[in-house]
Amino acid sequence: MVEKQGTGQANTEAPLPAAIYAERVTKAFGEGKKKVLALDDVSLTIEENEFFTLLGPSGCGKTTLLRLIAGFDQPTAGAIMLRDRDISQLPPNQRSVNTVFQDYALFPHMTVAKNISFGLEMLGKPKDYIKKTVGDMLALVKMEELRDRRTDQLSGGQQQRVALARALAPRPQVLLLDEPLSALDYKLRKEMQIELKQLQLETGITFIFVTHDQEEALTMSDRIAVMNAGRILQIGTPRQIYNQPADRFVASFIGRSNFISVEVLSVEGRRARLKLSSGREVISPLPDNWVPRGRVTAVVRPEYAQLVAGSGDEGDLQGVLENIVYLGTDTQYHIRLPDETTFVTRSQNQCQETEAFEDGQSVSVVFKPEAVQVLRS
Amino acid sequence: MRIPKAASNPVSDMQRSRTRKNWLLSAPALVVLAAASSGPLLIVLVYSFLSAGEYGGVVWKFSTDAWFNVVFFRDIFDGTTTFADAHMTILWRSVRLSFITTLITLAAGFPTAYFIATRPRRNRSLWLFLITVPFWTNLLIRTFAILEVIRNEGLINIGLQTLGIIDKPIQMLYTDFAIMVGMTYVYLPLMVLPLYASMERLNFSLVEAAYDLYATRHKVLHRIIIPLVKPGIIAGSILVFIPSLGAFVTPRVLGGGKKMMLGNLIELQFGAGRNWPLGAALSVTLLALVMAALLMYVRTTQRHSGSVR
Repeated sequence: MVEKQGTGQANTEAPLPAAIYAERVTKAFGEGKKKVLALDDVSLTIEENEFFTLLGPSGCGKTTLLRLIAGFDQPTAGAIMLRDRDISQLPPNQRSVNTVFQDYALFPHMTVAKNISFGLEMLGKPKDYIKKTVGDMLALVKMEELRDRRTDQLSGGQQQRVALARALAPRPQVLLLDEPLSALDYKLRKEMQIELKQLQLETGITFIFVTHDQEEALTMSDRIAVMNAGRILQIGTPRQIYNQPADRFVASFIGRSNFISVEVLSVEGRRARLKLSSGREVISPLPDNWVPRGRVTAVVRPEYAQLVAGSGDEGDLQGVLENIVYLGTDTQYHIRLPDETTFVTRSQNQCQETEAFEDGQSVSVVFKPEAVQVLRS
Repeated sequence: MRIPKAASNPVSDMQRSRTRKNWLLSAPALVVLAAASSGPLLIVLVYSFLSAGEYGGVVWKFSTDAWFNVVFFRDIFDGTTTFADAHMTILWRSVRLSFITTLITLAAGFPTAYFIATRPRRNRSLWLFLITVPFWTNLLIRTFAILEVIRNEGLINIGLQTLGIIDKPIQMLYTDFAIMVGMTYVYLPLMVLPLYASMERLNFSLVEAAYDLYATRHKVLHRIIIPLVKPGIIAGSILVFIPSLGAFVTPRVLGGGKKMMLGNLIELQFGAGRNWPLGAALSVTLLALVMAALLMYVRTTQRHSGSVR
């Protein structure tokens, strides 16, 4: 009877605590000299109903963190809380957390429907409830016709859907997704990205998504944690991560970046006056309450800089156009600066436009407002 | 329409020539098998329908006496026929002991194979190597080693007596129990190896997935691991059950003269019994039993092959 209220019940409750709270989590593998820190003092809060992405190169610790949340491994130090309950030492079958595995890990000896009902059967749900939920889940992932198929008779995309339905069927508090799209081809991956986001909105379940694909992370996430070498470098919305990268690693891992050396002239509040190598000055917003000094590195995204002909005074940087790369939607210009570094700008193509520039031409780069972002390191 | 038709011929030709080549490759093995297995089998089958010679061997006269004697016993003096109790006891003992041996090796071999399959890859070959170490010693010597352990003045009895747990030795030698212990010891590797082979192929993320979906350890074993390693269980059971059924050395040494199995009965007919046709008929009976067991296994595998990759 209580179960019938379903999601309505959740909405009327007082604000829920964070879905996942990781407090100073460390995970070490091996002993002595061979000891490797897969996670090094990581803390993070993931809110209820959030689509949260752990993004980083392979070996950065993102999958380790996911496995700690799932319960397949235990942290060496620190604690993981699920809605204020310490779950660090609980086995996977006692956590309301389900996983979509990278290789899907569908049970090959069971049909699609049996795979989906497995979790519910293990929880000892009544038969008619299981039957109804399996039906709902099949409808949710649009797999009704294939309910009696064996899983090895399915395509990659279909297996992906079954894995999702199987993990969602027990209505976990948190759903973990371990690079679930990496085995799919480009077009299918694009479709599934939209579908996953839609699914998260429909079910209202907290998703924690692990990927090394920055584009995937930007497309789907509410917030992203960028990881490298067992640490979290930055947590923020896709916009924050892209526009105000915390350091050089984040800036180069996500999107294309131009790194330029600038001199800090003065800092007023959260803005800094910077001197560029050309001698021109620009105003740059500063993240947090950090005060840069002297020579620092700054990042400029290619599309936040515009190319103009000639080496006039109006440009922020001057150089020689070295290469023009036509990409369909836009065109990339590689410019050689006086200090022998290459600067790339990108502009969107218009229809019936002919190329206005040619190789070897002297050009200037004009920065759009707030295009220059000072990096901490 | 035309293109697939034209293309299909060279393909099927290629397949046919490939099939022919594969047959050629297996020819040496087939020749050896035909010569060393089918030939003697045929002789045994023929002998079972001949009359017994007085001092062993056969007399070339058609007779079904041997087959009659497998199942019935005719009294030498008054000519009355009764059911051949002794044969049936031996037959039943063979089947029963082989079955129990298979179960015990399965119960002991399953965790062993699981243990090896879950070791780091580079350590597995060492464990597998250790499993095969007993094969280095002659079967007879291994069997006598068991005898040394379980006989009345053996390791176990002397040990228990020294500790004061028992005052009289427990009779273990020359019992069904002794035969079972011996066969379990000898055939255990034959169970472990095929079990390991199928467990090694098991995708352990399936086990994790089942844990993740709230399965207890018990449920993971019964719903995921056992169904997926079933081919290994079946192969191991065949490899243990069939040689157990025809075991000869082990029951001879550990069962003494009293606790015979089919293999010993057959040997007796060709040796001291001087009744070659009966020995041949018993051999064919054993063969039929093995075939029946195999057929049963094949049918169960086929029923499950729909669900097991």
